Amino acid sequence: MPQWLDDFLWAYGSFVYGLGVNAILGLSMYAVLALGQLSLGQAAFMGIGAYASAVLTLKFGAPFPLVLTAAMVAPAIAAMIISVPTLRLTGVYLAMATIGFGEVMRILYVNTDYIGGALGLSGIPEKAGGSIIFGLLAVILAGFLSATRSKIGRAFEAIREDEDAARAIGINVGAYKLSALVVSAALAGLAGALNAHFSSFIGPNEYGFDTAVTILSYAILGGVTTPLGPVLGAVVLSALPEVLRPLHDFRLVFNGLVIVLVVIFLPRGILGLHTRRVG
Amino acid sequence: MLAQQLFNALVLGSVYALFSMGFTLTFGVLRVINLLYAFYVAAGAFLSLVAVRDFGVPLWAAGVFGAIGTGAIAVVCDTAVLAPLRRARAPELSSLIVTLGAALLLNSLMFLAFGAEVRRFPATLLSQAPIDLGVLQIGQIQLLIIAVVALLAALLFLFIERTRLGVAIRALAENPEAAALMGINVGVMFAGVSFLAAVLIAIAGILIGLNFDAVHPYMGEPLMLRGFAVVVIGGLGNIRGALVAGLALGFVEVMTAGYLSSNFKDAAGFAAMVITLWLRPSGLFGKAVTRRA
Amino acid sequence: MSAPLLEVAAVTCRFAGLTAVDAVSFAVEPGRIHGLIGPNGAGKTTLFNVISGLLDAGDGSLRFRERDITTLPPHARVALGLGRSFQNLRVFADMSVLENVLAGRHNRLKVPWPASVLRLPSARSEEKAAVARARELLAVVKLGDKADALAASLAYGDQRRLEIVRALATDPMLLLLDEPAAGMNPTETAMLAELLRSVRGGGVTILLVEHDMNFVMGLCDRITVLNFGRKIAEGTPKEVRADGNVIEAYLGAGDVARFLEGARR
Repeated sequence: MPQWLDDFLWAYGSFVYGLGVNAILGLSMYAVLALGQLSLGQAAFMGIGAYASAVLTLKFGAPFPLVLTAAMVAPAIAAMIISVPTLRLTGVYLAMATIGFGEVMRILYVNTDYIGGALGLSGIPEKAGGSIIFGLLAVILAGFLSATRSKIGRAFEAIREDEDAARAIGINVGAYKLSALVVSAALAGLAGALNAHFSSFIGPNEYGFDTAVTILSYAILGGVTTPLGPVLGAVVLSALPEVLRPLHDFRLVFNGLVIVLVVIFLPRGILGLHTRRVG
Repeated sequence: MLAQQLFNALVLGSVYALFSMGFTLTFGVLRVINLLYAFYVAAGAFLSLVAVRDFGVPLWAAGVFGAIGTGAIAVVCDTAVLAPLRRARAPELSSLIVTLGAALLLNSLMFLAFGAEVRRFPATLLSQAPIDLGVLQIGQIQLLIIAVVALLAALLFLFIERTRLGVAIRALAENPEAAALMGINVGVMFAGVSFLAAVLIAIAGILIGLNFDAVHPYMGEPLMLRGFAVVVIGGLGNIRGALVAGLALGFVEVMTAGYLSSNFKDAAGFAAMVITLWLRPSGLFGKAVTRRA
Repeated sequence: MSAPLLEVAAVTCRFAGLTAVDAVSFAVEPGRIHGLIGPNGAGKTTLFNVISGLLDAGDGSLRFRERDITTLPPHARVALGLGRSFQNLRVFADMSVLENVLAGRHNRLKVPWPASVLRLPSARSEEKAAVARARELLAVVKLGDKADALAASLAYGDQRRLEIVRALATDPMLLLLDEPAAGMNPTETAMLAELLRSVRGGGVTILLVEHDMNFVMGLCDRITVLNFGRKIAEGTPKEVRADGNVIEAYLGAGDVARFLEGARR
């Protein structure tokens, strides 16, 4: 590794890894938003993955690949459970149900001493390095790009445009929604585990309403016409406050402003202006 | 003991009901879940606090100032942020998302302006000595809350059911296009409803600030999250439902804290909301819809 | 005599106190073009929504290809061969014309999703075949040259044809068409009638809702008439034209003259 890269990572490692994790979170949001579903449970699923992975590493000393797998499976199961009441919900109801779910999880974390209660868990070993994070990101992104160019992408877009018309031409809308939710949960959980294993500390308040909104803002900025959208949105919204140092305190203000401006003036997000769904 | 619990439940439920009535009014008419409402709670409380502390204004006047000031802010937000989406006939979700962004923006600005420290209304405002009735103690603030909410609820119902303007609002909620064709000035009405709802919510904020003796930028969030639960259970857009469900939630929370576990009382509302969404998504008072998945 | 392709038995549908469809029963024979007519608000589109699975059948039942489909979800009905178009255009506006038809092929594309994601040869050849078939169908309705145009940019009549062709892409045995001729001029209507006859010639049974009486009377083998959610008449076009109940139902709707005119011919 060249010396400048080594120095850069030493100083900014956390930030760079954070970009990768946020990009994965952006893709997690894409999975459901591309179907037209405003499911805001990503933060909650991220929390499940983070806590599951931290517990497995700290209390059971499990090997990292197993930890990562568990961090994907646990939220996936949770997603299947909450899909039972939420799959029939649309729009506003789904958004509120998933926010409610996030809050219930947060209260659970705060009140469970085994996982540190309000203080969270600290001292998580740093097992998530750049190659793992960006390697996984690359694979996931490639998978998404390939899927959106195939019949799966067409089905997604059909469902997003008109659910009933999609049903009427034989698309199993229920199965797609469930799959999207499960994939979204697994990816968010993975992101949570990766995050836990480089920031070495996790707490119950990191996976609540504000985080859910932040993840949403990645997808809004980048648009959902292509999986690259939320990735770009995540990178921009995570990097900008770092690049413009004085803006750091205003990070949340900026996120909020971005959401407002983009929704009003650029409904398809930044990338929406230039690309239609390819394929 | 039970009497005290029930009384506390009534007080808490009243505040929930007040907030939720405003929330549901907005949804019924403007068809938007407005996440700015958490901000309006804090805005109302802060405006009143500033009036009382820095300008020595009596409480009732500060309350009016806080309510109207917040109402004005709401009209500005509606015009700047929601009206463009209505004009563009954007889907419902866009409105939710844009208020999310606006809420993040304004809450963070407020946080930067006022900081995280918890402020208090001066203790001299209301007599702190509770009225002792033996089985229960009634604080002046609590009495104020119940009285204010009861009055506002009654006024709101009278307004919506009996006045011409109220009928116009209901027409607007039923069918905006038809209402416009009948000569109702839709733009002004939307602004008016935004104002009215924000006033109710600002007052809820002031009452909360007085009752819990704490005013800080994020004080509205717990209330708003409970507001979701209440309006879903009561039926989105249904004011009666919001009143009943709000009181019920207050009751459930206090009972859960008193007899089950105080740790999980906060989760009670959300649990109830998820169950409602599962079994009867339109809420207790909403119209049932028969559709397949 | 073969069994009916579709059997609708005592289907009832209520919305908030209003009975949109009231115990309607009828059958569609294979190889026919069957018409469903009635004044506005008679419940025709609601009935379509029940048959295609978007609404519950109440106490009634539905049989398709001699199987009970009453509780089958919409996509499963499409898999069995039940296709439909909508009254108000519901093409996928942001997708191209070709993509719309390909979306219609979705149910017939059986390669499992991992193969699609990994771009295995099986997925690629299935996609090629789908595109070929889609272009074939577009050529039939003369939309071939507009394959890459955005569906929203098409003229109204073209969008109508796209909607029908998208339904045809599902390889239906029974095609439900909800007002396919709406808003068409006489030339387009005649072309549509020709298209539907050739679709029937290809082995597809058609059940259609229409208001254009000449179109219906000239095209359909059998007609069922609804009013206020109830079936009031059924038979050949000639029989239905002369039926007193039908004439009464349409009284004041301006179609009476055409009816009487038709009865005289």
